[in-house]
Amino acid sequence: MRPLTEAETRAVFEKLGRYIGENIQLLVDRPDGTYCFRLHRDRVFYLSEKLLKAAASIPRAGLVSLGSCFGKFTKTQKFRLSVTALDFLAPYAKHKVWVKPGSEQSFLYGNHVLKSGLGRITESTAQYQGVVVYSMADVPLGFGVAAKSTQECRKVDPMAIVVFHQADIGEYVRSEDTLT
Amino acid sequence: MAAVRVEEVLAVAEEQEAEKRRSVTVEKELELEFDLGNLLALDRNPPPAAGLRGAGPRREALLRALARDNTQLLPPPRPRPPTRWEQFARLKGIRRRKRTSLVWDEQAKEWRRRWGYRRAGGDPARAWLAEVPAGADPEEDQFARLRREKRERVARNELNRLRNLARAHRTATAVPAAPLHPTGHQSREELGRVARVARVSTASLGRFQPRLPKESAEPPSRSGGRKRRFEPLLGNLSAERSRQLELLRDMGSKKPVLDITRAVNKQLRQEEAEAAAAKGKKQSQRGKRGRRQQRAGR
Repeated sequence: MRPLTEAETRAVFEKLGRYIGENIQLLVDRPDGTYCFRLHRDRVFYLSEKLLKAAASIPRAGLVSLGSCFGKFTKTQKFRLSVTALDFLAPYAKHKVWVKPGSEQSFLYGNHVLKSGLGRITESTAQYQGVVVYSMADVPLGFGVAAKSTQECRKVDPMAIVVFHQADIGEYVRSEDTLT
Repeated sequence: MAAVRVEEVLAVAEEQEAEKRRSVTVEKELELEFDLGNLLALDRNPPPAAGLRGAGPRREALLRALARDNTQLLPPPRPRPPTRWEQFARLKGIRRRKRTSLVWDEQAKEWRRRWGYRRAGGDPARAWLAEVPAGADPEEDQFARLRREKRERVARNELNRLRNLARAHRTATAVPAAPLHPTGHQSREELGRVARVARVSTASLGRFQPRLPKESAEPPSRSGGRKRRFEPLLGNLSAERSRQLELLRDMGSKKPVLDITRAVNKQLRQEEAEAAAAKGKKQSQRGKRGRRQQRAGR
């Protein structure tokens, strides 16, 4: 377990910034305690200082997970955000997409969101912008990348993909074994 | 006659030269291993087996020849480089003054040693008076001061001795500075190496050297890129937080003020709106017949 280097911190913040923009400050600088990021076996964890001090005494080989896992660094040092970060992305999301009840299940099985399943989308969402996907009842379902900008979404045909799937809460069941 | 004699003399001289060279050059199948600190040469060549068995003078002669040959191969030790004092003395022209071993002691009225048992100035350990010098603090313990100063003198002497020793040992294995001097034909890698050495060759070891615009901002690691060093796990958390906030600020400020895609979308929207407005106007201008014609024409 170690703190992130400057390059790694930059990669993580860039990824997070695509979804929550400058609200990362609210994650870094919290009024209710000191929270920090730590790297353990290529996975990035977000935890409080109190928890960090307790985890510091666990041997490296025996430590599996600590705090909340935000994602992991791949072999080529790219940062991949995982669904376990959703609880922290959802309240601060800049661009949101609401999915109709009929295609909720499709999204939760790992499919992309089609125009036919699109309920609402935040105004002025650019193409390839990171978005958080909600159900019509405002329950965060996961996050993804907008395949079309809001303007184009209006004109495109119903079978076109509007949101690329990145992570969804169905993964808690599907990849139960591999999730940290 | 004279010519013949000259030739003879030359031949003899050449013969002598060859002899001298022969006695100095030695050829061995296997290279010798040297331990220069002990002036030791290890010869692993198989000896001429026939000669060493048996006894007597023949064996002696063979062993002596072997030893002579191996000694020729042993490199002589280089002379000790002069110490700092020796260099200074040579520069200033100070020469060693021979000191007498006995000194006249006025109080004891006899010749006493300069130092050691029953020395001329009396035993320093039994000195019962230590005057307070003119400018000193009256509360200071003079005996303690004298002891401390003696200890410091001894320590300084020892330090200088070790430094001289290190300097003498160092000069043989020091990295030669020749590759650092500019030639006209240095490759990019060599120049990079030279630049790195030059950067570190300041009094503060390169910590405050200004960087070139395209040079990387990270300081070169002491292990030369072999070992990575990370921040401590539970280091200063508030400092970490402030560093991250600063990083966020830098990242935020670098975003381009003009977002190309947004500008393009805006333009498209404007054009659409204009097109829609123009279409509406044309229709109302043409009237009923015009609208029918337009529809038929499509």
